[in-house]
Amino acid sequence: MSKPIDNQTVKFYQTGTLTVGNRLLDPEQRTVQASAERTNAITCGHRACQGCGEALGARYALDAAMRATDGQLICVNATGCLEVFTTPYPETSWQVSWLHSLFGNAAAVASGVAAAQRVKKRPQVRVIAQGGDGGTTDIGFGCLSGMFERNDDVLYICYDNEGYMNTGVQRSSATPGGARTATTPAVGEAPGNVFGTGKNVPLIAMAHNIPYVATASVADLHDLEAKATKAMSIRGARYLHVMVPCPLGWGSAAHDTIKLARLAMESGFFPLFEAEHGVVTSSRAIRRKVPVIEYLKPQKRFAHLFKPDNPHGSEALARLQAQADENCRRFNLLRDEGAV
Amino acid sequence: MLKQIEGSHAMAEAIALCRPEVICAYPITPQTHIVEGLAEMVRDGHLNDCEYINVESEFAALSVGIGSSAAGARTYTATSSQGLLFMMEAVYNASGLGLPIVMTLGNRAIGAPINIWNDHSDAMSVRDAGWIMLFAETNQEAVDLHIQAFKLAEELSCPVMVNVDGFILTHAVERVDIPSQEQVDAFLPPFDPVQSVDPAKPMSIGAMVGPEAFMEVRYLAHHKQMRALERIPAMAEEYKAIFGRESGGLIRSYRCEDAETVVVAMGSVIGTLKDMVDEMREAGAKIGVVSICSFRPFPLDDVRQALLDAHRVVVVEKALAVGMGGVLASHVRMALRGHPTRVYTLIAGLGGRPILKSSLKDFMARAAAEPHYDVHFLDLKEDLVSAEIRRMDAVRRAGPIAENVLRRLGPNAQTVL
Ligand SMILES: Cc1ncc(C[n+]2csc(CCOP(=O)(O)OP(=O)(O)O)c2C)c(N)n1
Ligand code: SF4
Ligand SMILES: [Mg+2]
Repeated sequence: MSKPIDNQTVKFYQTGTLTVGNRLLDPEQRTVQASAERTNAITCGHRACQGCGEALGARYALDAAMRATDGQLICVNATGCLEVFTTPYPETSWQVSWLHSLFGNAAAVASGVAAAQRVKKRPQVRVIAQGGDGGTTDIGFGCLSGMFERNDDVLYICYDNEGYMNTGVQRSSATPGGARTATTPAVGEAPGNVFGTGKNVPLIAMAHNIPYVATASVADLHDLEAKATKAMSIRGARYLHVMVPCPLGWGSAAHDTIKLARLAMESGFFPLFEAEHGVVTSSRAIRRKVPVIEYLKPQKRFAHLFKPDNPHGSEALARLQAQADENCRRFNLLRDEGAV
Repeated sequence: MLKQIEGSHAMAEAIALCRPEVICAYPITPQTHIVEGLAEMVRDGHLNDCEYINVESEFAALSVGIGSSAAGARTYTATSSQGLLFMMEAVYNASGLGLPIVMTLGNRAIGAPINIWNDHSDAMSVRDAGWIMLFAETNQEAVDLHIQAFKLAEELSCPVMVNVDGFILTHAVERVDIPSQEQVDAFLPPFDPVQSVDPAKPMSIGAMVGPEAFMEVRYLAHHKQMRALERIPAMAEEYKAIFGRESGGLIRSYRCEDAETVVVAMGSVIGTLKDMVDEMREAGAKIGVVSICSFRPFPLDDVRQALLDAHRVVVVEKALAVGMGGVLASHVRMALRGHPTRVYTLIAGLGGRPILKSSLKDFMARAAAEPHYDVHFLDLKEDLVSAEIRRMDAVRRAGPIAENVLRRLGPNAQTVL
């Protein structure tokens, strides 16, 4: 569990999880969204699909960052769903200063905005760059690494929905093995996405020794807000990788977005952790580990893995389970914290 | 102050006098000395209140520039050739967003075959990218154009590219008058952006625009360039009033009065052409030169007026539109539309091939007899290309052309320009 809510003496969890209920928290620890004076980075009227995890994740992360910076915030956005659904010309959902340039350069553009604040001697103005997994782990990766390595004063937020959703659900380097996308169809000898070696950008971010790296999920919005808030209390390059289910791309029910994010978390498939200067400083323990198939089964993109006539289905499922088990080991997710 | 100085360093000093606030560039020959000079000036305190950012690619360099310019900081970058292609997406984006970034392009050929020497292929690859594109004839003009470029860019909120011939200008040491800070400050006011990302007044920049308004946004970009057609000559006058020098403007004519042959070109080759004209005039030829300083916006009317009385126009250009011919020549024909003047396309100096006065004179002397609708290549090694064409026709696996051509030139290939 992340630091800011550790000082609660009594915790009330959602059944079967370590997610703390809002109304039972101290007022200052409640979600930004619970206050009448809340900040409002993205206002209503945007065109995201029902149940869009990215819209939810961005709203919580940015509202928390806005509160943490007293509104002194500039957001740079990569091309992708978030950019498109928030700015249908001539309307905009953005209540913060917002700049969209290209698909692959958000981190560099943000470095430039941050440089301008330095030269104009406006240290109070903070900069966030944000993009989808494609804009982050693939096409924007060079600019991202450059921004990290220079330790520019930018928080980069990646909204990971595991594919190029804006262009119609194609594979990205963040797409899990076995998953069906428009460019990894569920046909042929090895249906779905290949099992490569994987590309764990939070770990790569850590390898840059930047001051702060964290993963978060729309399954635990308090945790997401706390991490965004913490990120804004730190200077230098920071990275926040947020899991945001996409009902359209995943073939899941709109009302299952949070549930799926929680199953990803509780199975170990998407581990939540924080790292400072290259060292893991906290992880979110799993209270009751669920098998990965519970997470996979409600998603049509994995449906072919469960077909009895797919000779590779069970092997793929075993590999996905092994990935989750390895996450549990690597980030020590199965330690007993229930009694703390 | 008069200085004996390398072109790149003179440009760096001029840029520093413009008080840039963010400089972000990635090294590539022949642009390197400019950005190295600026890096030194930022480090040693000559250039204060300026962030110099080292990045991992040209794409990042101009992207950082997009961010800093959109946040209201006066922004500079520089590149050449492959670097320009690597940042291409951002080149269009900067102009599409209307950001007044100034970029020096140290003109260099584009590979393959990789070649570090001068021609205008890089500039021509972005001719429609929405940037104002100025070409310097001398290092003095390169200095002056950079100072004008910041003013022009910021007035119109449009990026400006100052083209300087790689090596010929960037690496030439010559006498240049570097203006004083007082002069530059009198000419160039502080940057007052028309738009900026600022938490005090939140706005969205870079929204998606569909068919309902895209054409209008594009039209307005064109409109800015049309306005630049008026501002560029006026600015050259304002510049002269403060600095006492003629620099910039749209085009310049040299000894074109009563000229039957007018040569049109851009950049440093104008120097060679003026020498050629002087010598040919002495021998009785009626010949002059028109130098195009502003390629974008292209001054169609001025070019037409300058060429109307000529019998023939020879466009000397350092770029080849493969499969088509000349780029500048097509523009000149457009300027002369409806008028029967013969326009010759003379491709010269590709990849750093020296443009010899003697070869130029030969062509001018023969021009009347040459078919004007053909593309001519100055000093093309005809034997070399015909041998390679024969070989390609005869052998299926003829192998890589560049290597074959070099092999045929033999061990002295480097010295047989
Ligand atoms: C250089 C370039 N290549 C491709 C595209 C097309 N494109 C736009 S958004 C996108 C996918 C975005 O995926 P991601 O970053 O994961 O964001 P999501 O839409 O999934 O939130 C692609 C491929 C583009 N705009 N620019
Ligand atoms: S496609 Fe996915 S990411 Fe895009 S708006 Fe719809 S739910 Fe959100
Ligand atoms: Mg995505």
